[in-house]
This record gives sequence, structure tokens and C-alpha cells, in this order.
Amino acid sequence: MSAGTNSRAAIWIVNGLLIGGAVLTLLPLLWMLSVSFMQPGEASHYPPPLLPAKATLANYRDLFERGGMGGYLLNSLLIAGTVTVLSLAFNLSAGYAFAKLRFAGRDRLFQLVLAALLIPLQIAMIPLFLLMKWLHLVNSYGGVIAPALATALGIYLVRQYARSIPDDLIEAARIDGAGEWTIFLSIVLPLLKPMIATLAVLTFLASWNDFMWPLIVLSDQARQTAPVGLASLAVSREHVQDYEFMMAGSVVTVLPVLLLFLVLQRQYLQGLLLGSVKG
Amino acid sequence: MNSQRSAWTFVAPALFVLGVFLVLPVCAALLLSLTDFDLYALANLDNMRFVGFGNYLDIFNTPLFWKALGNTVWFVVLSLPLSLAASLGAALLLNSPLARFKGFHRTALFAPVVTTVVAVAVIWRYLFHTRYGLINYGLSFLGIGPIDWLGDPHWAMPALALFAVWKNFGYNMIILLAGLQAIPQDLYEAACIDGASRRRQFWHITLPGLRPVLLLVAIITMAGYFQLFAEPYVMTRGDPLQSTVSVLYLMYEEGFKWWNLGRASAIAFILFALIFAITRLLLRLARARGETA
Repeated sequence: MSAGTNSRAAIWIVNGLLIGGAVLTLLPLLWMLSVSFMQPGEASHYPPPLLPAKATLANYRDLFERGGMGGYLLNSLLIAGTVTVLSLAFNLSAGYAFAKLRFAGRDRLFQLVLAALLIPLQIAMIPLFLLMKWLHLVNSYGGVIAPALATALGIYLVRQYARSIPDDLIEAARIDGAGEWTIFLSIVLPLLKPMIATLAVLTFLASWNDFMWPLIVLSDQARQTAPVGLASLAVSREHVQDYEFMMAGSVVTVLPVLLLFLVLQRQYLQGLLLGSVKG
Repeated sequence: MNSQRSAWTFVAPALFVLGVFLVLPVCAALLLSLTDFDLYALANLDNMRFVGFGNYLDIFNTPLFWKALGNTVWFVVLSLPLSLAASLGAALLLNSPLARFKGFHRTALFAPVVTTVVAVAVIWRYLFHTRYGLINYGLSFLGIGPIDWLGDPHWAMPALALFAVWKNFGYNMIILLAGLQAIPQDLYEAACIDGASRRRQFWHITLPGLRPVLLLVAIITMAGYFQLFAEPYVMTRGDPLQSTVSVLYLMYEEGFKWWNLGRASAIAFILFALIFAITRLLLRLARARGETA
């Protein structure tokens, strides 16, 4: 057996396994897309059809006209968009200050932020609900947005990144008489651009996909997000057998985040790696 | 002094949010778990009483709690090794110099991670359908008879575990891939010169090099799987025969269906004490093995 045939077999095995794996991960998503274009009832046949016999947009029309999906998507967009923009402002300024500004108790406070990384959010949810009730934020966008405005992970990521900014740059601007916020906005922010993109895509996806807290705090249908609305359609007796209708619902819920990920994949994966080394 | 004050204007907004919406509620949860806070207390705080560890004792005497805990542990035991094996396998394949179209494969294998769990749970509920589901259809070619995945108490949790592995393994794959790329290439070159086989290289270079990353990934994944909630909520509602009621699902029902917020807080604390204890145990085991190795 020569080395040549050996490695040719290895090439086939490695790539065959990779293709097999990719098919297994993508198949459910492709099947979702295909079924969403089928006529109502078409998927409930044996053997299960893989492609629609006659593609239709009826499920999507139904979804927006009767299922109220348009409203859910708008709510999601509004909440995830607001959370992304505002939490960027909060996390960027705090992360930068922890990296570059001096103030009493800075290091002790940062230790606390790191400790907050370990707190599971579900512990906080029940008192948080009572707090929101007291603040009259139950059933409002504010109830979902407010707790997400700052995250320990975001502050940590910005701080790690901002530490690489040369002190001389900041010091020189100070000597020129620039205020701290001017320095931050005109010198530091442009340097943080890669981190801003990373944090934006991480935050938007996390906020869009969030389920448990929006489920708890948004009881009124008119305010619910796409995942919460989709879940209530999925468990309702009316739609449980409507494969095609529900698949259309999954498509419109998943597609925005999937596309955003495809466009900003590099930034997203970078954030994932930086966030995971926190240990 | 002035620079101190302006520094505070940078951190104050974020610290306020974390303090009010995270630290304060966590402290309140501990207190709440020691009270009988319920629907009546929700209407009027005077109806709340301090009950000490009453909720905890109550919970430990509730058969459904033990059932939920057993279900959750079973789910973790099923999905954690499967997920780690899938991530490691995929990372090794992607790291192989023989692999083609790495970018495409990486994206395809990672895609489920960024999808909305509710939306893909809806897909899998249909994939698992006994008569019309693709999974049973595929199994029929292997001569395996139709399995009532979500309707049979023995199969419901394994079904959720399969789904969870599909959904999550890409996350660890990316971290392990970075871990593999951090192993110095000259170690492999030296091993090649010494005539070590591929398998020996894997056991003596790759695995030891990955150990810290594997430990990290195992802990993150374990903690995440213990927080099982959306899957049973969408796919089974805890059925059949309560075989997919997870601890967090129980907490949700106790808190937001029956409004026993004191009891629900106690359930949350028990779950996280458990996750914390297992994390400590894993770290200690890893350290002990690290010292003997």
C-alpha cells in the first residue's frame, strides 16, 4: 500500500463525512423552506414529499393575514434593534472606562462585573417580573429592553479589546485639552469599530432569539415577539396540524437572523471565541 | 478629581442597569425563596409570610420535582457526550489538511446555532412525527419500525436530546477548532519523524493539547443543557406522562401558571446550586488528573 492511495482514500473519507454532516445540519432547514411552499395538507402524506408539487405562497399570506405574524416580526425588530443600539452605547462606554480610565474602585468593580458573568439569568427572572410589575413595565417593550441594556459579557469584550489602544493617543488628546467624552467619541470609537460590529451582531441575534423572558413579561398578543408568537401558534389547537403554515412561520422567524449571520459571520465567530475564553 | 467624575459618567449607566436588573433581583430571589409569596401576595403584600426553608422542604417532598430533576439529568447525560463527540469530530474534520470547501462546511455545520430555538423546535416536532416525519421515513430504510418519538415516554427525552445536539454542537465545534489550531504544528512534525501513527498522535498530542478547551466546553454545555426549557415548552409541553418536564419548565409553571413565586424561586436556586456544584466537581477532577498526569 503506497502513501498515495492511502491519502486518496483519506481525502474521500474526510470530505465524505463533512458533506454528510453538512447535509444533516442543513436538511431540517431546507425541509422547512420546502414545506412552507406546499399546499395545506400536502406534507401529511406517506412517503413525506420533499418538494412542493405546486409551490404556493398561501401559507405566508395566511400567516400575515390570520396569524398576526407581521406584528410579531415588527415587535422583534423594534426590540432587538433598540436593545442593540442602546446596549452598544452602555457597554462600549463602560468597557472603555474599565480599560483606560482611572477611578477609585475600578478593579474591584470589574471583578464584580466578571462575577456577574456567572449568574444565570433565570434566577433573577421571578423578582425581575415583580420589579417590572412595580415599574408598570409588564406587557411593554420596556420590560424586555431594560434588563438587556447592559451585559457583563459586552463590558468584558469591550474592555479586552480597548486595552490594546495606545495610551499615548489618549494622553496626547488630553494635553490638547479635549474632554474625556470628546476623546471617547472622536478617537476611541473609530478604533473600536471591529468590536462594535462583533458586539452588534451578537446582541441582535441574542435579543431576537430570546424566548423565556419575553414569554414571561409580554402577555398581550399585540406586544409579543416572533419567537413568543410562533410558540403560541405552535401550541394552539387550531394550528398544531398545519405543517405548511407553521413552517412558513419558522421561515420568517429564522431567516432574518440566519441572513444577518451569513453577512457578518466573521465578526460573529470572533465574538464567540473571545467570549468563550473568559473561563 | 475632575477626571474621576467623568470616568464615572462612563460606567454609571451600565452599572446601574446591571445593579437594578440583575444583582438586585438575584438577592431578592434568595429572600423570595424563603417566603410563601403567591397570588394573594401579588395582590397585597400583607399576605406574604416568611417561611424559612419551608419551600425547599416542600419541594424535596414533591414527587414531580424529583421526576423533573431526573428528566433533566437524563437529558444532560444523553446530550452532553453526544454533543461533545459531534463537536470534536466536526472540528477534527474541519482542521484536517485534506478537507475541501472548509468555509462552506463550517458555515453549514454552525448554522443551527444561530437559529431561533422556538422556530427550529417547531421544525423538529414535525420531523419526529410518527407517520409523516422524515426521521421515521429515513429509519424505515434501515428496517427500523416507526417510533412514536414525542408520544412515547421512553423516547420523548432522547428525541429532545437529538434535537439539542443538532442545535448546539456547532458552538463547541468553533471553540474546539480554535483549540486545535493553537496546538503547535512542530509537535506533530516531531512525532512524524519519530514514526508515531495518526492514532498515537491523536491520543498523545491532540487530546492533551485540547484538554483545557474540552473542559471549558464541557462546563458551558453542561450548564446550558441543565437550563432546558424552550424545547419541552414547544415540542411536548412536558408530556407524555410528564417525561419531559424539566426543572426550569417546572419553575415556569410553578411561577407563572400557579403564581407560587416563592416556591418557584426556591426551584431556581436548587437548580443553580446543582449546576454550580457539578462545575466545581468537574474543575476539581480536572485539576486532580492534571497533577497526576
